[in-house]
Amino acid sequence: MAFLEVKGLEAFYGHTQALHGLDFELEEGGITTILGANGAGKTTTLRSICGMVRNNGSITFDGNSLIGKATENIVRLGIAHVPEGRGTFVRITTEENLRLGAYTIKGAKNIADAMDRVYNYFPRLKERRNQQAGTLSGGEQQMLAVGRALMLRPRLMLLDEPSFGLAPLIVKELFEILRSINNDEKVSMLLVEQNATLALNLADHAYLLETGRVVMSGTSEDISSDEAVRQSYLGY
Amino acid sequence: MVADVNTSSAGRRAIPENPANNLAIAGIRLPVWNKILIAILLVVAVIAPFFLEDFDVFQMTYALVFAMAILGLNLLTGFNGQFSLGHSAFFGIGAYTTAMMMAHWEVAFYWTIIPAGIVCLVAGFLFGLPALRLEGLYLALATFALATAMPQILKYHAWEDLTGGVQGLDLDKPESPFPDTLSDDQYLYFIVLVVAIILFICAWNLVRGRTGRAMIAIRDNPIAAQTMGVNNAVYKSLTFGVSALYTGIAGSMSAIIIQFVAPDSFTFLLAVTFLVGLVVGGVASIPGAIFGGFFVLLIPNISEAVADMTGRTDAKGLSWAVYGLFLIITVYVMPSGAAGLVRLLVGKLARRG
Amino acid sequence: MEYFLQQTLSGLANGAIYACVALAVVMIYQAIDHFNFAQGEMAMFSTFIAWQMMQWGMPFWLVFPVCVVISFAGGVVIERVIFGPIHNAPVLSHVIVFIALFSIFNSLAGFIWEFTIKPFPSPFPEKDVLGTNLIAMHELGMIGITLVMLVMIYLFFRFTPIGLAMRAAAANPVSARLVGISVKWMLSLGWGLAAAIGAVAGMLIAPMVYLEPNMMLGILLYGFAGAVVGGLTSPGGAVAGGFLVGVAENLAGAYVIGSELKLTFALVLIVGVLLLRPAGLFGRVVVNRV
Ligand SMILES: Nc1ncnc2c1ncn2[C@@H]1O[C@H](COP(=O)(O)OP(=O)(O)O)[C@@H](O)[C@H]1O
Ligand SMILES: [Mg+2]
Repeated sequence: MAFLEVKGLEAFYGHTQALHGLDFELEEGGITTILGANGAGKTTTLRSICGMVRNNGSITFDGNSLIGKATENIVRLGIAHVPEGRGTFVRITTEENLRLGAYTIKGAKNIADAMDRVYNYFPRLKERRNQQAGTLSGGEQQMLAVGRALMLRPRLMLLDEPSFGLAPLIVKELFEILRSINNDEKVSMLLVEQNATLALNLADHAYLLETGRVVMSGTSEDISSDEAVRQSYLGY
Repeated sequence: MVADVNTSSAGRRAIPENPANNLAIAGIRLPVWNKILIAILLVVAVIAPFFLEDFDVFQMTYALVFAMAILGLNLLTGFNGQFSLGHSAFFGIGAYTTAMMMAHWEVAFYWTIIPAGIVCLVAGFLFGLPALRLEGLYLALATFALATAMPQILKYHAWEDLTGGVQGLDLDKPESPFPDTLSDDQYLYFIVLVVAIILFICAWNLVRGRTGRAMIAIRDNPIAAQTMGVNNAVYKSLTFGVSALYTGIAGSMSAIIIQFVAPDSFTFLLAVTFLVGLVVGGVASIPGAIFGGFFVLLIPNISEAVADMTGRTDAKGLSWAVYGLFLIITVYVMPSGAAGLVRLLVGKLARRG
Repeated sequence: MEYFLQQTLSGLANGAIYACVALAVVMIYQAIDHFNFAQGEMAMFSTFIAWQMMQWGMPFWLVFPVCVVISFAGGVVIERVIFGPIHNAPVLSHVIVFIALFSIFNSLAGFIWEFTIKPFPSPFPEKDVLGTNLIAMHELGMIGITLVMLVMIYLFFRFTPIGLAMRAAAANPVSARLVGISVKWMLSLGWGLAAAIGAVAGMLIAPMVYLEPNMMLGILLYGFAGAVVGGLTSPGGAVAGGFLVGVAENLAGAYVIGSELKLTFALVLIVGVLLLRPAGLFGRVVVNRV
């Protein structure tokens, strides 16, 4: 059984259905990306995994069923969600944000270690450690969001459009860091992106979503070389 | 783009329609249902007083007065997103304007209603200007300050001659011009009913028009509204003024039907009563204000009756606890007010029908 | 000068009451992100429980912690039982439930203990302080306890993971759950803490104003005012705001307009402060660059 396995996933906002029976899976240690246009249901997919929208179907993570579990308990299994819009706690400092990320981690030593690792990946955050987090720039807040997720010592990271609204140089830097996090920390990643070029570059597998349904899946190479994808998502 | 325009509407441009209008229950469309309902309500409102005791007619009159005040608060809080705990003050200003005109200058009661409204419009607008800088809880506190200060200001000795100080002012009861067909209470009831209908129709037109859309846009997303060319400052202080005008007219009517004003009738508790009526009826719902008006008038009485059922001599003390329970139950049953509940039921019925 | 000093000190003594309440107000604001209109009545009810225990012959310093614990538990239970089912209801519906709680506590207290005023003992000796009668021992003790509470709260919020988690849960519940915080329990905890602080405030205030079901009405208003003037994000600011309101009210009453309009004056002052500094004197403005 795959590390994360999703079968027949449906999700609802009130009476409107946003996902119509998704199937996908992710191997341990891998990076899988879900691509799709605005409104395709990418964010909803990640929210479903974390129990943040009404859903049915089956989601298993490392043998545990996630359906019906409360968000905070899903997180405790080692799933860190870097949400759309970054979810910064704006009123408190950068370092307090990171400490919150380690809320489920026991032991001062473990927390200090995790903090060191995050500062290692993102030296900029260390410089800003005592600054009110709401005053960080967009790029810095995105790094903070990834850092906060990393503090949880996750086994799976869900990333919702981390490139959104950032300058190309910063995006490049961020994606390189994501790759080394995946390598060094053995964190599996489920990456949601509109920027298909970037995502296919980082990921090994890809799924293409349209109006709440998977319309195509395969290895990143296969998907990148598909003619239709090239024209409508990669733009060349 | 609009591929399947049918022949009957092909001539008109595709005006985006409220999707609720397409709902139908038992094959009848919703707007028609609304009209039927309004017609029934009006008929009941007109014939009911002829079947009721004078005291009950008076209660209905007072519920309508509350409904007008709640409607005023709703324009501000429900539609424009500005919180107010101070509407008791505008209610008081309206009541005192009428009372002073009637008591000192012997003006007929119907000539005092519009001046009371105008005084409150100005007062509300002036208060709304500094309130522009305040939001949420800070605005709540500022309006709350207004509510707390009002009784003290009304009592102040420097203008005791005008306001009657702590004693307040007594007024003469307006007499029915047709004593054979209408009792005085019924007469007052119909006066209030007519004023209420006018105010409700105006409010209805206001919130459905351009102004209303601007008010709602400011509530939902002030920055976006501003960038779309809405002058937030002007709209917000004007809304404050109009809201105060409504509540002030309600206050004026209350002075006329009770024939008495005193500073301690216009405390913070009255403002809380309006707020309860607003939420129970439904935030940003115009018909909800009527429900709210009856609720805040009737539930305290019912609570007292329930407390009396315990049979204890000191049961009076319990009636406010019962009232509190009623409020909690109401919120449980209708978390979005009566209007929200109706919307939910209509939705269910329509999908089934 | 003597008169001025006396007025200032008696303003400070009143201010200590307001500061105490303001602190409780800010606590619950930090924990649940809005005002609790029933807070004063909950404090009053706790104080009656303490009074009842003393009637049964328990000594003050035993009653004090027991009452704090009972109040804490009561706060948690109220949140779980009453607010649990309506977490998703609009804010204004919550306000209505606050108002409901207000009526229930006020009415129940009157029903159980009657509306007659009752003396409540002070734990402090009735001695003059430093040979003057400008300020009573109880007032001094009360200021002391308020400041101690303030320091404890500051340390709790600033340095404990639970304190940080409570702030996070109130400010951004969605993100809080994504780091594994149980927002439900944080809310309950916040209610418990606020009820406990309210109980302390009630027991300190009662000796000065007598115990009766309506004792907190006026005080809560000033407490709110103090909290808002000081800035709702800052417990220290709330305490300072409480003292400020007490002194301003007293001095205005003594010098400017007489006691008739002193409430009005104090409130005008507060609104004035807010107009100049919308986040309160010590509050932090929340910024988010995106
Ligand atoms: N909070 C919400 N309430 C109602 N509908 C929503 C909400 N969030 C998303 N949707 C709808 O669900 C669908 C999928 O949205 P989303 O998952 O956000 O797409 P994506 O992240 O791919 O842009 C869209 O049609 C969107 O309008
Ligand atoms: Mg999205």
